[in-house]
Order: sequence, then structure tokens, then C-alpha cells
Amino acid sequence: MAKMHISTTINGEPTEFLCDPSQSLLDVLRDNLGLTGSKEGCGSGDCGACSITLDDRLVCSCLVLAPEAEGKKIETVEGIAQGDQLHPLQKKFVEFAALQCGICTPGFLIASKALLAKNPNPTETEVRFGLAGNLCRCTGYDKIIRAVMEVAAEMRGAAR
Amino acid sequence: MSTGQGNSGKYKWIGTRVDRPDGADKVTGRARFGADFNMPGQLIGRVLRSPHAHALIKSIDTSAAEKLAGVKAVITAQDLPEQPNVIVPAGEMQVNLRDITRNILAREKVLFEGHPIAAVAATSDAIARQAVELIKVEYEVLPHVIDVAEAMKPDAPVLHDHLITEGVKPPPTKASNIAKRMDNAKGDIEAGWKQAEVTIEREYTTQAVHQGYIEPHACLASAAEDGQVQLWSTTQGHFQVRGFVSRLLGIETSQIRVTPSEIGGGFGGKTVVYLEPIAVRLSQKSGKPVKMVMTREEVFRASGPAPGGTVRVKLGARKDGTIVAAECEIALQAGAFPGSPLGPACWTSFACYDIPNIKVVGFDVVSNRPKVAAYRAPGAPISAWGVESTLDILAQELGMDPIELRLKNAAKKGTKTSYGPTFDTIGFVETLEAIKNSAHYKTPPKPGYARGVAAGFWFNVGADSSAAAHVAEDGTVTVISGNPDIGGSRASLALMAAEELGVDYEKVRPVIADTSSIGFNFVTGGSRVTFATGLAVVNSVRDMIRELKVRAAKTWGVDPDAVVWEDGMAKPAGSNVGEFEPLSLAQLAATAGKTGGPINGHAQLNAQGAGPGFGVHVVDLKVDRDTGCVHIDRYTAAQDVGTAIHPSYVEGQIQGGAVQGIGWALNEEYIYNAKGRLDNAGFLDYRMPVASDLPMIDALVVEVPNPHHPYGVRGVGEVPIVPPLAAVGNAVARSINIRMTDLPLSPPRLSAAIDAATPKMAAE
Ligand code: FES
Ligand code: FES
Repeated sequence: MAKMHISTTINGEPTEFLCDPSQSLLDVLRDNLGLTGSKEGCGSGDCGACSITLDDRLVCSCLVLAPEAEGKKIETVEGIAQGDQLHPLQKKFVEFAALQCGICTPGFLIASKALLAKNPNPTETEVRFGLAGNLCRCTGYDKIIRAVMEVAAEMRGAAR
Repeated sequence: MSTGQGNSGKYKWIGTRVDRPDGADKVTGRARFGADFNMPGQLIGRVLRSPHAHALIKSIDTSAAEKLAGVKAVITAQDLPEQPNVIVPAGEMQVNLRDITRNILAREKVLFEGHPIAAVAATSDAIARQAVELIKVEYEVLPHVIDVAEAMKPDAPVLHDHLITEGVKPPPTKASNIAKRMDNAKGDIEAGWKQAEVTIEREYTTQAVHQGYIEPHACLASAAEDGQVQLWSTTQGHFQVRGFVSRLLGIETSQIRVTPSEIGGGFGGKTVVYLEPIAVRLSQKSGKPVKMVMTREEVFRASGPAPGGTVRVKLGARKDGTIVAAECEIALQAGAFPGSPLGPACWTSFACYDIPNIKVVGFDVVSNRPKVAAYRAPGAPISAWGVESTLDILAQELGMDPIELRLKNAAKKGTKTSYGPTFDTIGFVETLEAIKNSAHYKTPPKPGYARGVAAGFWFNVGADSSAAAHVAEDGTVTVISGNPDIGGSRASLALMAAEELGVDYEKVRPVIADTSSIGFNFVTGGSRVTFATGLAVVNSVRDMIRELKVRAAKTWGVDPDAVVWEDGMAKPAGSNVGEFEPLSLAQLAATAGKTGGPINGHAQLNAQGAGPGFGVHVVDLKVDRDTGCVHIDRYTAAQDVGTAIHPSYVEGQIQGGAVQGIGWALNEEYIYNAKGRLDNAGFLDYRMPVASDLPMIDALVVEVPNPHHPYGVRGVGEVPIVPPLAAVGNAVARSINIRMTDLPLSPPRLSAAIDAATPKMAAE
């Protein structure tokens, strides 16, 4: 099968890649581009470990075909920090012990960031439903929810 | 959130909520997990699996696969040497070498759907998948059996012609699916029943559940022409992986170097090997590195879930609530090969209680399912489901508060268990009291909600650990150990090292070494790392301090005994030693070259004296009578952890374990169809709890120090999965007035039970 040539922007960098038409975007990120921060937990859209944003929309990259990225803007966990500055969500996840094994963490960070972009003032229930597409088997979610709520409060404070 | 009772207050670092050393790595995506390793020129390995639950393998033809362009190696069981019928320890479980080699690649028979038959290595995943399809296997399909009770029947299809039940006298003459019978007892059970004024007897079932770690099994093997093997693997025990690969492939242990990746969850399920021997053999055959990653479906079908089982419990008590007799009979699924966690299921069954007369009988039963593996407190949640449910019925019958009933019978220091040991200092009473005095327990459930409580026990284990401590020229310290960090153990090891040395936590860098760079360490499991490897770390630091004192003594020209180590500094022991300014770690490190060279410490031990742990959980929930859906409103879990080295991670273990238990109670189960095939091998249909299913989980950290550890550590990870099954079941029983005895309490089952009871209730 002939490879396809795709042009995208990944974490702010113009990026081109060649892929099979049937390859998932997750596979391209991980295998072709070496961006292994996004994880594969299921390959079927059920765990959220592969969450990225595509033109600011939260998606499971295992369910996106790589050619669909043409001309689009991708953000992965590798693009959340600014230089040596961790994003407030990254800082709070560490401070609140919102990760144990850490395999779900990239997906949760992307999903939380997308959630707060849409709803900067979420209730606990809204955070729980906003993150219901991301499985975590270690934490029981308590500390993740607290970390996200805390960041939302801080970001509101900073915006004031 | 935390209610650490203050043992930790006496320490500078222990008990503080510092950032974990690997935190930034994990939130930026830098940390490398199992599937994140790659090597130049690597091949991709894939496995052909059985579509049948039970079948004879008549022939395997790999020729078409071998001819496919891009295929570099194909193997079957013929490529693994036959193994003796010998049992070796694997994590908290035992494995038989003859069986494990057949579990990795089937020999005479396939014994479950998903059983590996052959494997290929090819230049791409697509080619490897195509090659797998080209392998032709001729089967003779045999009748299968999935259910434990069915498998125990005399006319059930027999999986292994050589399997004679162990533990029965005289031994049976005919093969069966019952691999083992186990008995343990205390007192005189018949005399006990005579004293009982109330007797309750019930039978319960649970279904197989999966650990559900989010990271599938993965490894990368590179075998060189000179026989050396490099292996990267996501595992709870890279020394175990080395041992298995060496044994199963006949390679000298020292020729294999296993480097653990970061591990994306395990909960006991990553203490066994599935892919590693295959990848190594494929690499040997092809001369190229071979990477293998399971799909989620393969994880469900062919890794080791926890068993389901049947538990019959009988309790006899006096009217005042004193339990005088207790009996429990447990039958556990082993999967396709013998070896369920039957021992722990039996031994833990009544461990929470001081009961004079106990009788426990257990059966280990094979059936056409994947071979079970450890899952957090293996076996214990199943017997606790039976025992703690029956206790709740007893409490209702006697009109007693369920916590009071448990307090009345609670095991204490000096209580002799039914399986042998007598408890030293334990904190069960303190844990019950923590719940009794909690805001949760003191507040009645909201209108429409019902409350359930249950308790749980786990031994916690010690075993082999090695550690080393090095001081660098700037006075910072590297602490090296050999247990994969599955839930934040780097932080607790560094905290203990900093405490012992008297230096800042930030000055200590914990490193997890590969199998060639540190001495042997037993698996990350059994809640042992903070306890046993923590002890090795503390001892390695003590060894280093001994050396630091020698160096200070040399500098001052005094005897080493005249030097003490305090607050990270060498000081003269007393005024008669002489007047010397204290020497800091950094000063001693800077002059090390002049005082005798590098300053290191080492330790190796087999840790004894693991402190048993107890947990008590309380849950408020409501059952939607129309849908059978359970809504959890409030959940509190108390646990005696000895000392909380890092309270946040201790709470996290408790919360995570509780939620896994809630999933087990409410939704999770392996569902088989009539053909013996698993119908729900994916996260969509195997329904694990998500954030919106749950409230916050309040963790009450009780600290009754373990007298056998310098900092009182007991171990935390396993206890919290034991109580939730019964806690949820008890709350459901009180909510709908129907005692459910079969897990999971999923919406279809609950609504069926409610529907079945409704006309009767209307008629009454
Ligand atoms: S890997 Fe994409 S959702 Fe699980
Ligand atoms: S931290 Fe392990 S899955 Fe979330």
C-alpha cells in the first residue's frame, strides 16, 4: 500500500509524516514520531489512555486514522509543559499524588485540560462526568478529582 | 482527608507528603513504560491463540507462515524444553514448571480459549498478524467445563489425565479436576456448635475478575550470538522474569539481564511470565531484537485473572454476640492449571476474629479458563465476601450493631489463628474504633440510602531484598534497590533513607536497578516493598553511616566508636573524645579520596516479621428499584498501616483498592458463552468503575506500628480490596431487604432479584 504524506502541527511544531492509510494516529505518534507519552490501554476507545486534542477537540487517538490529522493541530502530553515549567495540572497531579503507576496520567492530563478549557468552574460531578472516559485502576479517582478541582480554583483565582 | 494518628509526628521526613522523585517524568510523558521501548532493527512478535476452550492439538503446520516475506522466525512448544513437574514460588502464588511451559505455549492440548499455540516474529506488526493467520492447526475439539461446581462433578470433562487430588487420604485412584483439598482447624468444632444459641449458614459465589491494569503486558528481548540476553519488561519482579526465562529456556541466569520498565499497574497480575520466554526464543531464532505487546483482548483472554469461587459459611454464636464456632468451605477456580490462591483464601477467612472453634476446608479446581494469577490479597476477598456477609446476617439476627459485633469478637495481640501463628501487636480493634468514631458512622445514612460495613485482613509479606547506598562527592545520595515502583515506592524508600541519614529528602535519589546491577529482590507484591525493601534501604544507609563514622574518626584521629551520627553529621560521642566541629555528609564526601576512597553501604536480607494489616469499610448506597443500578453516596475505609511513610500514597492505595473491590462487588465478571468463549474481553463490556460511578473515598489511616520494623511499617496495598465486596453486599441487603449471595450485584441481577421478590412482598 502506498504511504500517505500528512502535514500537521504537533505541540506547536509543524510536523510531516508518512503513514499507511489504515494506521491509527496513536500508532503514528508512538511508532513513527517517537511521542510515546500517549499510551495504548485498549485500542478501542474505552480507556482514554491515548487521549489527545485534535483542533482543540478531545479525542481517543486510537480511534483516529492518521490521515485525518491532515492540516490539523494536535496536542499531546509532551506539549503541556512550557519549557521547564510544568503546567498547573501537572504540578497539582504530582503534589496531590493523583497518580500511582502513572500509565493513565497522560490521558487524564489532556482530558482535564480540555475539560477546564470548556468549563473553568466545574462542580465535582461535572469533573467526574468530564473524566468518565478515562480509566484509572490505581487511584480510585479521589486524588485526581481533587487535583483537577484545585487547579480550576487556582486558575480562576489567577484570572481574577 | 488524612487522619494519621501522629506516630509520624516524631519524624522529620517520614509522614510528610513530599513530591515523588519520578513525578515530573510521569506527568510529562517521559517515563518509559513497557511498550515504550524500541530497538533499531526490532521485529514484532505475535501469538496464535486457541479458538477452542478445550481441544487436542492434532498437528500444527507453520510452513505457509514461514514462507511469508518479512517473517523471520516461527516457534511452537517444540522450541521450549520440556520441564519437570516441580513447583516453584511466583510472587504470592506457586507455579508448576511443567504447567507454566504449557501455559506459555500449548503442547498436547489447548485448555482455554486464548491459549497460545505458536508465535511469529516479523518485520512489521501487519506481517506478523498475517503470518499468525497462515498457521494451520488441526484440533480435535473436546467437551469443556467452565464452572467450578460443574468441574467438581464426577462426570465432568477432565482437563488433565494425571491430576490426582492432593490432600485426600487415601489418595483417589482416578484423575479429576480437583487438584487439591486443604484443611485447617482450631479447637473442637462439634463442641462449638453445641454452645451456639444462634446458627447461620449460607452459600455464596463470586465470578472471575481481572486486575484490569491499564498497561497491557509488553516486553522487548534481544539475544546476542554469544548467548547473552537483554530483556526489557513490564513486570512486578524482574528477578522473577530472569529466573523464569533462565529455567524455561535453559539459559544461565547470569547471561540474562532484565531491565524493568515503568509499570502501568499490576496488582499481582504481572508476577507471572507470558511473553518473555517467547520473545527471547524468537530473538534467538531470528538473530534480531523482538518486541511483543498484548492487545487488551489478549490481556483478558490469556493473562491471569483472579478466580471466582463458591464459599459456604456457617457461624454459631451466643445471644450476646460471642462467636463460638465457625466453619467455611471454599472452592476456587484455578483456571486451566492447578494453583489458585486457595491457601490465603482459607487462612484469611476468620483471621479477623478470635473464635475458639474453627474448621476450614478448601478445594483447588481446574476448568477451561485462563490460569489464574495473584490479584491484590489473592483469595482473601472471596472468603471475606462469605464470612463478612454471614456476620452481617448474624448482627441483624441478634439486633446488634455490626461494628459492635466485630469489636466483641475482634482478634488482638495473643489471638491464635486457625492456620497457626499467634498475632503480635495488631491494630484491628483500633481500626474498628476509627470507623465507629468516624463522622461517617456517626451520621445516619441519607433518606433512601442504606449502610453496610465489613472488615478484611491480609498477612503482608517480607522476603528477599537487596539495597545499596552511595554518597557522591557533593554529599548527595543515591539509593539503589530492585523493586519496580508500581505505586510510589520510590518516594517511601527515599523518605526512609533521608530520615535515617538525617539529610534532606531532595538530596536522596532512589534508583531501581536491573538484575545485573543489584542483588536479588523478590517481586513487588505482597505489600512488601516499603516493609522489606525499605528495611534493606535503611540497613544499607546504616552500613554507609558506619563507614562515614570511620572516616570522621580518621579525620579527627579518634576511635570510630567515639563518633556518633546525628542530624546528617558526624559528631564526637561525648566531651572526653575531644573538641571537634561536626562533619557533615557533604564535608565527609568531599574528603573521601583522602580518607579511604568511595563511601558506600550495602544490605541484603530476608525480611521477617511482616505486620498483618486490617481494614474496615463502611458504605452508604441506594439501589434504583427500576434499573437495579447501585448509587454509592459515601464510602469510608479505615486501615491499620503501621506507619504511613508517605500518607498520600497510603491513602491512594486504600482508595484504589476500595474502588477495585467496589467494581468486583457491582459489575466486574468474566462472562462465558456456551462454547466456552469469553464474551466480554474488552473494557466496554468488562465494566470497571469510572469516575462518575463513585464518590470521594475517605481513607482513615490508623497507625499501630509494626514492632518488627524500625519505622513501624506494615504494608498497605492489599488489605483495602478485601472488605468492599461484603460491605457493598451488606448495604444492598439492608437497602432492598434481599440478601444477594452471588456477585456481581450488577443491574440485571439486582433487578431480577427485586422483580422476583416484588409479587411476594405485595402478597404479604
Ligand atoms: S487506547 Fe485509546 S481509548 Fe484506550
Ligand atoms: S495511576 Fe495507575 S492507572 Fe491511573
